[in-house]
Amino acid sequence: MPVSDNPFYTALALILGMDQRLFDIVTLSLQISLIAVLVACLLALPLGAALALWRFPGRNIVIVMLNALMGLPPVVAGLCVYLLLSRAGPLGQWGLLFSPSAMVIAQVILVLPIIAALTRQQVESLHNEYDEQLRSLGLSPLRMIPTLLWDARFGLLTVILAGFGRASAEVGAVMIVGGNIDGVTRVMTTSIVLETSKGNLPLALGLGIVLLSLVTLINALAHVVSETAKRRLG
Amino acid sequence: MKIETIMPADIARQHLHQVRFEHRGHHLLLPTNVSFSGCRRTLIMGPNGAGKSLLMRLAHGLLRPSGGHIRWEGAPPVQAMVFQRPVLLRRSALDNLTYVLAVQRVPRAQRKAQALNALERFGLAALAKRPARVLSGGEQQRLALARAWLLNPSVLFLDEPTSALDPAAIKAVEDAVNAFHQQGTRIIMTTHDLHQARRLADEVLFMHGGQVLEQSPTEHFFEAPGSPQASAFIRGELVW
Repeated sequence: MPVSDNPFYTALALILGMDQRLFDIVTLSLQISLIAVLVACLLALPLGAALALWRFPGRNIVIVMLNALMGLPPVVAGLCVYLLLSRAGPLGQWGLLFSPSAMVIAQVILVLPIIAALTRQQVESLHNEYDEQLRSLGLSPLRMIPTLLWDARFGLLTVILAGFGRASAEVGAVMIVGGNIDGVTRVMTTSIVLETSKGNLPLALGLGIVLLSLVTLINALAHVVSETAKRRLG
Repeated sequence: MKIETIMPADIARQHLHQVRFEHRGHHLLLPTNVSFSGCRRTLIMGPNGAGKSLLMRLAHGLLRPSGGHIRWEGAPPVQAMVFQRPVLLRRSALDNLTYVLAVQRVPRAQRKAQALNALERFGLAALAKRPARVLSGGEQQRLALARAWLLNPSVLFLDEPTSALDPAAIKAVEDAVNAFHQQGTRIIMTTHDLHQARRLADEVLFMHGGQVLEQSPTEHFFEAPGSPQASAFIRGELVW
């Protein structure tokens, strides 16, 4: 096998070559996924905590739905956002289709159920431990939410990473709503699909290795942060 | 531990009228009439499963009775509770205390000084920065008491606060309980320990099988217990 056909060599050459196009694609991928995870966290963490604390009729149905949505196929999420944002759709006048914003929206829809459902589990088990003490201190359920979220922070970091993993790995949704436009909405995963269909397998694999390395790096950082903090806080 | 002598304020009397508690068809507390008044130290005694913790949680308001009602003569006073296993937040000892002050809406500028003061009082000043969850059992319970102290309660409930502690730590907890009492706090505490009851109690409330069998002054309870179950309990015989 010639050196140029070796995917590891290709990946290394891509990274070491500081290829501007690769750099742009990586930056865009990270931007979209990180913003999507951030937006999803702002909505899903309080939502998951509220679901853990409040007992209301139909609560179990909501939990089952949320758990089921963790397995929502990205292409379906993409299709729904596509229909919403397309010219004839209800939000068509926003003109967001085939833009990075549309990709963020699609990824938020994919990530939100994961973070909300797992947050609900984490907070519920912590709530079992804290409930009597917090009620004895006179806390309302609303006031308990920030306390429980903060005290569950190490477990929630893993939850957020799971969300980020989903966002950075999926291709179906960003492909449909972003359109894989070179220089505008082309991200790592859509590039890999494109290069594969073009038959440029070493480049596709090289991009795959870069993507995997990035995700590993982010997870390693989060792991180190949480382990250090856990050791300090017991 | 410093003890300030403040004249006990008049604490509202609490009445439990025909209070009962059921869970899944089990009658855990049979209809009960009990009153708590003054600034007494009431120790609730009885074998496991007698309903001691249950009665306390009902009085504190953590549980709703299945029947009967709980009434305060006057405004319900400030209450605090210390649990058998202290529930501490996953933060430093100091932050555990500033947290309750924040909940009490104490101005931010005053929180740290008040919290440090409480740590000092309970001999925890050197541990302020340590994570609360890595403290020893005795230190954790003292921190829980310091937290209750900051609430400045008129009524303090303690649920077997010394059951998992060594003698030195037990002494520290008992001193703390007396410090609360000196400050004019009504103490309601459960225990299995007869010696502890003799040391601390002004009155004993004896429970058995989900019923309150007697509520009498400590000396009277130990000299002339009002029920065969209580005398068996004092003799150290198992009562079921």
